Amino acid sequence: MKFAIVRFPGTWSDRDCYHVLHNVLEQQAEIIWHRETDLSRFDAVVLPGGFSYGDYLRTGAIARFSPVMEAVTTFAEAGKPVIGICNGFQVLCESHLLPGALIRNQSLQFRCEWAYLRREGGATPWADGIRDGEVIRVPISHGEGNYFADNRTLDELELRGRVVFRYCEASGEVTPASNPNGSARNIAGIINARGNVLGMMPHPERAGEELVGGSDGNRMWESLIGQAVAAVR
Amino acid sequence: MPVDQAALDAVALSRAEYDVLVQQLGREPNEVELGMFGSLWSEHCGYKNSKPLLKLFPSGGDHILTKVGAENAGAIDIGDGLCVVMKVESHNHPSAIEPYQGAATGVGGIVRDIFAMGAYPVAILDSLRFGPPDDPQNRFLFDGVVAGIGGYGNCLGIPTVGGEVHFASAYNGNPLVNAMCVGIAQTARLQSARATGEGNVLLLVGADTGRDGIHGASGLASRTDPEARFEEMRPAVQVGNPFMEKLLMEACYELASEHGDWIVGLQDLGAAGLTSSVVECCAKGGSGAILDLENVPRREQGMTPYEVMLSESQERMLVVARKEHVDDVKALFDHWELHCEPIGVVTNTREVVIREHGVEVARVPFDIATEPPQYRRNGVRPQELAALNTFDLGSRPDLRPAEATDVLLRLLARPNIASKRGVFRQYDHQVLNNTVVPPGGDAAVLRVPGTNKGFAVTTDCNGRLCYLDPYAGGAIAVAEAARNVVCTGATPVAVTDCLNFGNPEKLDVYYTLEHAVRGIAEACLVFGTPVVSGNVSLYNETQGRPVYPTPVIGILGIMDDVSKALRAGFEAADREIWLLGGGLEQSVDALAGSEYLEAIQGMVAGLPRINLEAERRLQQLVLRAHSEGLLASAHDCSDGGLAVALAECVMLGGHGFTGEAAFTAGRLDAALFGEGQGRIVVSLQPGSADRLRTLGAETGVPVAKLGQTARGSEFTLGPITTNAAAMLAAYESLL
Repeated sequence: MKFAIVRFPGTWSDRDCYHVLHNVLEQQAEIIWHRETDLSRFDAVVLPGGFSYGDYLRTGAIARFSPVMEAVTTFAEAGKPVIGICNGFQVLCESHLLPGALIRNQSLQFRCEWAYLRREGGATPWADGIRDGEVIRVPISHGEGNYFADNRTLDELELRGRVVFRYCEASGEVTPASNPNGSARNIAGIINARGNVLGMMPHPERAGEELVGGSDGNRMWESLIGQAVAAVR
Repeated sequence: MPVDQAALDAVALSRAEYDVLVQQLGREPNEVELGMFGSLWSEHCGYKNSKPLLKLFPSGGDHILTKVGAENAGAIDIGDGLCVVMKVESHNHPSAIEPYQGAATGVGGIVRDIFAMGAYPVAILDSLRFGPPDDPQNRFLFDGVVAGIGGYGNCLGIPTVGGEVHFASAYNGNPLVNAMCVGIAQTARLQSARATGEGNVLLLVGADTGRDGIHGASGLASRTDPEARFEEMRPAVQVGNPFMEKLLMEACYELASEHGDWIVGLQDLGAAGLTSSVVECCAKGGSGAILDLENVPRREQGMTPYEVMLSESQERMLVVARKEHVDDVKALFDHWELHCEPIGVVTNTREVVIREHGVEVARVPFDIATEPPQYRRNGVRPQELAALNTFDLGSRPDLRPAEATDVLLRLLARPNIASKRGVFRQYDHQVLNNTVVPPGGDAAVLRVPGTNKGFAVTTDCNGRLCYLDPYAGGAIAVAEAARNVVCTGATPVAVTDCLNFGNPEKLDVYYTLEHAVRGIAEACLVFGTPVVSGNVSLYNETQGRPVYPTPVIGILGIMDDVSKALRAGFEAADREIWLLGGGLEQSVDALAGSEYLEAIQGMVAGLPRINLEAERRLQQLVLRAHSEGLLASAHDCSDGGLAVALAECVMLGGHGFTGEAAFTAGRLDAALFGEGQGRIVVSLQPGSADRLRTLGAETGVPVAKLGQTARGSEFTLGPITTNAAAMLAAYESLL
């Protein structure tokens, strides 16, 4: 597969995404500047983590106006896979490709630590290789990852199976203590109605090798790559 | 016109220094020139009190690529065409006044030093000192500094992987904020901070120039007690823009690593802003320059040449471009959406001429500007040391066995020993996907990107020991730093240092500076770790009292296979635990300057010692044993002694410990909590004990079995009986 990894001014997990996709999983990947307007040569788009435009004004609020975002929207509307990680999730929310918003962590502090995520229902090429109820271990690294939406939106997300990951204990139990940022209903990741666009605060690209502490994040990339291979067959 | 005292005070020049300046120039300097010379001759830029001492450090070596002090940071060859670039620097005075921005811009400054070398920054460490955290003002400074480091470093996408936090009342009101940065460069693409080639163009890149930070170098960092001038000095603290820095970093790295032939030099704008970067680049290049100040992009109107030349606005770089590639360089910065303006040209006149709209406003010969007067003093041993050093520690009652468990738990909860997880979880320590051993162990271990190699880094300094004996304390700082990287399986190769002291014009402070430098120099010689870069921060005092002498040592270790990195924790049951480098019994002298003595006996006293040769043999033994595959973990004994070291191994690894040694001989407090140097706790791979004993005998290093790891989480050591949960409750109280 060929991945576009979008670099906004201030993005920093572009290199990590590239490392995992290209060096570890041996996929084609290209880091593209935010002025790019043509994504037709790619099979999937990654909006990585970082502090686009310094997170000034509001996280993701300026990046959503980057030229590339028009192409990303078209790409998503065509049903092609798009993932927003951390700051990328914030950009997707600001762009209204996903509902809700990410506000400051309840602790009012930045948090960098490993988190456990339970796979919830909802079909998406980004996580169909992970069984419902399965737990993966992936790091978080953010100051504003507290997922917020009104109750109607939250109920709608739950009803339609659009909550893909929830913060949980290692055992899979969803508890207040396992919620690292105060997210509504422990939500760590959601999808759009079609399931092709996924946004999540945790960083699967930081869990790509046992050497750096774990490789559960690869389950997500492999889900997508596996589906693409199946589709070709 | 004779200059008045107020004008000299503003730039921190003495009357005698001014007279020397006039004599060398052959005329009175004008106002702009006075500001420029004052900054360049300040301690912060000119090292006038410390330079003669710094020459005592061993420097250079086969693998060292830079001449110490000649570049923005030191570079160490690690093979495969790659090198590690590193430096540590202080931002104490700004942080005392405005903790968040002071610490944030400290990180920004050291990171620029690293990418100015053509390296990509891959790790940040922070060595911090505060007064006790139960005082609200200290707490305010601590919280602000930690938030500032995180706020800046996290935004850059550089992991903050290590450092230390220590508390002592000697740092009340004068915190120490030292930031270290490590980068990786292609050796062939290393950049130099020099301006050469007549007609080449000086480009100012990044942020616009404002009125912030004027007199940072001369006013803030080169005299005593900023607190007294709090409101007055506040404008001298700069405000950081990490987003701008991130763009600058990416652009400069791309320029250096892909288009190094377009430029002749790269230099950051730090202390004394344009003045020092231009003058120093010209001095290093043996060239000269003409600057046209009207081309300097400004934040506000009406700035005078004086303000433009001395502004310390952050996130600016000076690029010396080859004249035929100026447009290429500008296009590269355009891509990154950064300002890039030609502000001058390189000449060969050995002076920097400043013009505004064609009118000359200053003319500074760099031979004078970069050669400030140097001071060598005869230090006097601080008076209070005699009584403290000769205090009979044996006269204190020994610890009763029944108290031992409680004392261990109390020590684990001491801010100096307790887990720093509450701090480092506020720092992104994983970005760039190289962090193999995260913060919380002896040293952080990172992969060298694109290779199987690894490097270990840490910072160390025990100010209390340096206070009691600056020579031994300086040597111990190096020994402990080296020991920490050895505990990860890395071989120590080079040192960077940040010397934090009080006012050197006081002879007893000068004594501590000189002797700490001598101790560091001796230790670096013994361990074969030259000093490749560093920084000096003097005038750290409040209410007339200097801080503890605090020569922070940053050290780099290298390992061939990063997947073999050792950790500190006991990660398996039924493993034999051995102590290398000493027996159980410790002389009462081991309590000198210990955390136990201060926490439990309420005193700072004694005479710390170190046997550098024994330390060197110990470290070689550990590296050899590891290379033979004998070790499963390693952790050094430092703050809190053996009992705390073992407790940390249990808490980090998740397996308990069953001690089998009896504590019958000698003093119990010294055996459990004494801080005798040169000791490492290891857990063994099965069947390794005989070989370890043989290696110990061969190398002359004492080795002793302490017990084994447990299946559960119980912890027993002589009279101490507890478990991991109880220890964690004390240790993880989260500062």
